[in-house]
Amino acid sequence: MKLKTLAVAALSALVLALPATMAEAKKVKGEVTNFDFSFQGLTGTYDRNQLQRGLQVYHEVCASCHGLQYVAFRTLSDRNGPELPEDQMRAFADMYEVWDTELRDWRPATGPDHFPESQFEGAPDLSLMTKARAGFSGPYGLGINQLMKGIGGPEYVASFLLGYTGEEDFQAGSLFYYNKAYGGWVSMNPVLFDDMLEYADGTPATEEQMALDVAAFLTWTAEPKMVERKRAGFVGVIFLSVLSVLLYLSNKQLWAPVKKAAKQS
Amino acid sequence: MSGIPHDHYEPKTNAEKYIHRRLPIVGLIYDTIMLPTPKNLNWMWIWGIVLMFCLVLQIVTGIVLAMHYTPHVDFAFASVEHIMRNVNGGHMLRYLHQNGAMLFFLAVYLHMFRGMYYGSYKAPREITWIIGMLIYLLMMATAFMGYVLPWGQMSFWGATVITGLFGAIPGVGDMLQTWLLGGPAVDNAALNRFFSLHYLLPFVILGLVIVHIWAFHTTGNNNPTGVEVRRGSKEEAEKDTLPFWPYFVIKDLFALAVILALFWALVGFMPNFLGHTDNYIEANPLVTPPEIVPEWYFLPFYAILRAFTSDVWIVIAVNWLTFGIVDATFFGVLAMFGAIFVWALLPWLDTSSVRSGRYRPMFKWWFWLFIINFVVLTWAGAMPAEGIYTTVALIGTAYWFAYFLVIMPLLGVLEKPLPAPATIEEDFRETMKSKSGNGPKGPSAEPIPAE
Repeated sequence: MKLKTLAVAALSALVLALPATMAEAKKVKGEVTNFDFSFQGLTGTYDRNQLQRGLQVYHEVCASCHGLQYVAFRTLSDRNGPELPEDQMRAFADMYEVWDTELRDWRPATGPDHFPESQFEGAPDLSLMTKARAGFSGPYGLGINQLMKGIGGPEYVASFLLGYTGEEDFQAGSLFYYNKAYGGWVSMNPVLFDDMLEYADGTPATEEQMALDVAAFLTWTAEPKMVERKRAGFVGVIFLSVLSVLLYLSNKQLWAPVKKAAKQS
Repeated sequence: MSGIPHDHYEPKTNAEKYIHRRLPIVGLIYDTIMLPTPKNLNWMWIWGIVLMFCLVLQIVTGIVLAMHYTPHVDFAFASVEHIMRNVNGGHMLRYLHQNGAMLFFLAVYLHMFRGMYYGSYKAPREITWIIGMLIYLLMMATAFMGYVLPWGQMSFWGATVITGLFGAIPGVGDMLQTWLLGGPAVDNAALNRFFSLHYLLPFVILGLVIVHIWAFHTTGNNNPTGVEVRRGSKEEAEKDTLPFWPYFVIKDLFALAVILALFWALVGFMPNFLGHTDNYIEANPLVTPPEIVPEWYFLPFYAILRAFTSDVWIVIAVNWLTFGIVDATFFGVLAMFGAIFVWALLPWLDTSSVRSGRYRPMFKWWFWLFIINFVVLTWAGAMPAEGIYTTVALIGTAYWFAYFLVIMPLLGVLEKPLPAPATIEEDFRETMKSKSGNGPKGPSAEPIPAE
């Protein structure tokens, strides 16, 4: 009886929470590939080498138009990130210029500075892009696919970069490109081509490799504390599970004489 | 404090007597936590503790978040990112606060549904119910204003849509909306006052929670049978009840720990699952998102709001009768607030003399249909306002109002209730016996006492 009511309560909670997933029932009209990433799952962590490669792709390709205004250069040396050695991080920051309000002039960036903002109105900032896009929705917008596969931001970014079909269209004075991940025409041109850059770690720079690397890097920029968060998740769940077992046993023992008396009366 | 006779605090030492004569605070705490509580409460009576926990969690995390947040349109979004990246433990605080609001609403809905099923709102507990509804309204206001603070796209457009509801009031609407926002549109003035009120209202809620607890400590808890605790003497009352401490504190803490383990898993492993992706894009008044969806806990009312389009006959009729003053938008606003208002009036709309739904054979079906309807409305609210979805929302809205205004008053007359047990003691005994494997009605299963 107690278990039954508990089960009913749990079930009703679930039923009530299910439509919650519909709240972000995004119309994902394009095709998003369910790529595998090292940071997926309960124990997934960022692959440091992949983040460094992604940083290289960002630096050599994306940065010409897009910005990363919420990311500080110093965080490139943080644990569970790209983990650049400090001297390399400073050398990397030195390649960017930031506006100094005190000097009233541009100067080379240092560790505490942030990446520059986007260069063009039409190029959105990429700091949070993988959290601002959903890759999967569910049947009838039920969000079930998101429950299974995650929200799918990194998958969307990688699919987008690989999603150009080559079709072009000239509309209202500007060129548009068809992208099947977006499911429509976009103003951004295809940017990745095989072997367009040489990875520092010697990994072959295929189009897909670069797309996945930069999607992984942008997942880190959007959620730099993911590994810490999952670790806190494990510690908390284990602690609370042990606590609930102890409380269950205490409760059982506490009520035992009351229940026994009721049965014998 | 309680109407149920029980032991009261007696100061024993001189020090205790000294304090008690001057400030009887120990006695107040003692009487509060030693409240005689019906033995037969089931697991649906745990949501009160969960709600209390949620309120404290939101206040504690919220105060720390406010230390690092900047309520200005140019810095709000960046300051939330600052919390997520630079503040020690900031990412956990923020995700706990964000998902904590959702646990709060999940718990409040289950708490209210429990009250509806077991008739906890009926005399003499109407004031407890009304205060509960006030708390719920304030929770909605607080959650709505809190959602604006991160200044994402959905924050901004949600605020624009919701404050626009006040603009739909004929005559004074525009003035009222401008006054509420502190300007012609959602901007810095609105963000500042929302921050101020978002900080204030939780403490008003806390005050009302104390009154809510005071009210039901005066009437005593309801219980699954709806049968009142016997109050003839202390001995009699003790057959029906147990003190809140330790019996129900430990039971509730066990349930809370299980719920928190699930909650913690959500926060740790999928904190953005229930949020909207568009809120990670900074607010931009020039770009309207393809769809504007409130947080899930508002969706049933959002569905009711949008159900009434200008082609619905009742809207046409009301529009004609009021000489065009009440248009479709205003009708939707009235329906939405009306839906909450009739909910609050439930103690006076329910005419049945039987409290618990357990002994109301017809009520049960209508109640579960109400729950299903609630889920369907939530779903309809998440869908675009077009085609089949508005039809579903309209049917759901019709049932919502029919439940409170037609079914509840009529059932009391039409329904033939089942017999309820005479006392709580009896119900508790029967439940215990049926659980130990003996059927409560089988004569042979009755254990024969040794004497």
